[in-house]
Amino acid sequence: MFRRTALAAAVVALTLTGCGTDQPAASSQSGDGTAVSGTVTVFAAASLTGTFTKLGKDFEAAHPGVKVVFNFAGSSALAQQINQGAPADVFASAAPKNMDQVTDKGAPTTFVTNSLEIAVPKGNPGKVTGLKDFTDKNRKIALCAAQVPCGVAADKVFKAVGLTPQPDSLEQDVKAALTKVSLGEVDAALVYKTDVLAAKDKVDGIEFPEAGKAINEYPIATLSKAPNAAGAKAFVDYVLSDKGKAVLAAAGFNAP
Amino acid sequence: MLLLPALLGLAFLLIPLIGLLARAPWSTLPSRLFSADVWTALRLSLVCATAATVLCLLLGIPLAWLLARGEFPGRGLIRALVTVPLVLPPVVGGVALLLVLGRRGLVGEHLDTWFGFSLPFTTAGVIVAEAFVAMPFLVISVEGALRAADPRYEEAAATLGAGRWLTFRRVTLPSIAPGVVAGTVLCWARALGEFGATITFAGNFPGRTTTMPLAVYLALETDPDVAVVLSLVLLLVSVIVLASLRERWIGGLR
Repeated sequence: MFRRTALAAAVVALTLTGCGTDQPAASSQSGDGTAVSGTVTVFAAASLTGTFTKLGKDFEAAHPGVKVVFNFAGSSALAQQINQGAPADVFASAAPKNMDQVTDKGAPTTFVTNSLEIAVPKGNPGKVTGLKDFTDKNRKIALCAAQVPCGVAADKVFKAVGLTPQPDSLEQDVKAALTKVSLGEVDAALVYKTDVLAAKDKVDGIEFPEAGKAINEYPIATLSKAPNAAGAKAFVDYVLSDKGKAVLAAAGFNAP
Repeated sequence: MLLLPALLGLAFLLIPLIGLLARAPWSTLPSRLFSADVWTALRLSLVCATAATVLCLLLGIPLAWLLARGEFPGRGLIRALVTVPLVLPPVVGGVALLLVLGRRGLVGEHLDTWFGFSLPFTTAGVIVAEAFVAMPFLVISVEGALRAADPRYEEAAATLGAGRWLTFRRVTLPSIAPGVVAGTVLCWARALGEFGATITFAGNFPGRTTTMPLAVYLALETDPDVAVVLSLVLLLVSVIVLASLRERWIGGLR
């Protein structure tokens, strides 16, 4: 199993570098007044895939000649890769806990927060109205596994309301839970608000008042062993800038 | 000349295992090993892999026979299609199974409305996912054995008055037994290690669909030491089973 995970990681790494080099290298010739150059490697939580891809493109447009390469995965996997010496410049985590696992880093800043929402298939075939329907054995329910941040948040919510959910599956990450909803395999799942918004063609969202009991904080930090320290700082500054905040807010993230 | 690359090949395959052994938390191993979760996952893995292998044998041997002995147009294409699960990333296989056998799937929709039965998130779903991924291993090795077998023995049996079923059972099957055993072993091993299709199609719920590979993956999220222990258990069990099978079956046949 280890061997397969390592292989998968290698394939991902290869694919990522492949994507990086595919981009027009010609622009890297046009050196300009900014101190930032080269490639900025950003390790970011899977739930940031859409927004960070956009931020990366905007950042490249603002700094001609700079390339941003992403590695999107679960925060805990990313933290492990960084501690094992992966050449990352920036780490954006979906939970403070995973940020804490990374030892060599600058001071992390919380840049957004995210809260949970109930996702149901379009048209809500299971007639789900709220969290109490998650205790119904006759409904198909997916939650995130307790090992990943969205599962921790779900546990917190159910503890706060005093309900015991009856899930049919504990998914390995939030996107997997969302897939089960969009395919109609489950009647409801607890996912992030931003995921519901990103998949709004396929799923409907139901807000619930207790969502405020489990706010997920997203910290971002530059890494001490960053191969491109200037680029790392510039990218973090860009994420924290008003332009960055606007992109994140449009995707449904809340300001910290 | 061949020795050096052979040794390199062996090292390439074995070094990751050594890494696993080197990283194993030996001092806390017993306490981690004797937790109920580990045994639940291991038992489920063994039950599902074995059931999936039986399913593959029941469907795969006739399919291999059809591919090896049948004369029909498009046989080459069908043979290529049979191997699709080999090249398909297992996660994609899982999605494909959901699209067909899921609650909203082409076939699954009717299963649900007529019988109120749906495969995803059940142990049966795990068996289906594992069989889907593992069956090509069985089909390919049995088909190879059938092609290598001399059809004149079957013809001789037929001239002596044996029917097709009797011929198949008493002449064909014994002559391809080593191929069937090799295919069964491969199929079982592949089913035991199956991860992608299982977690996609059957989900993850302890005692129902959490097999060892799923438990390893989730343990890796929080506690790599537990993941190493689980991997070692799975490794040990599969080596014991495969080695004993080889001794008893293949050894006895040759």
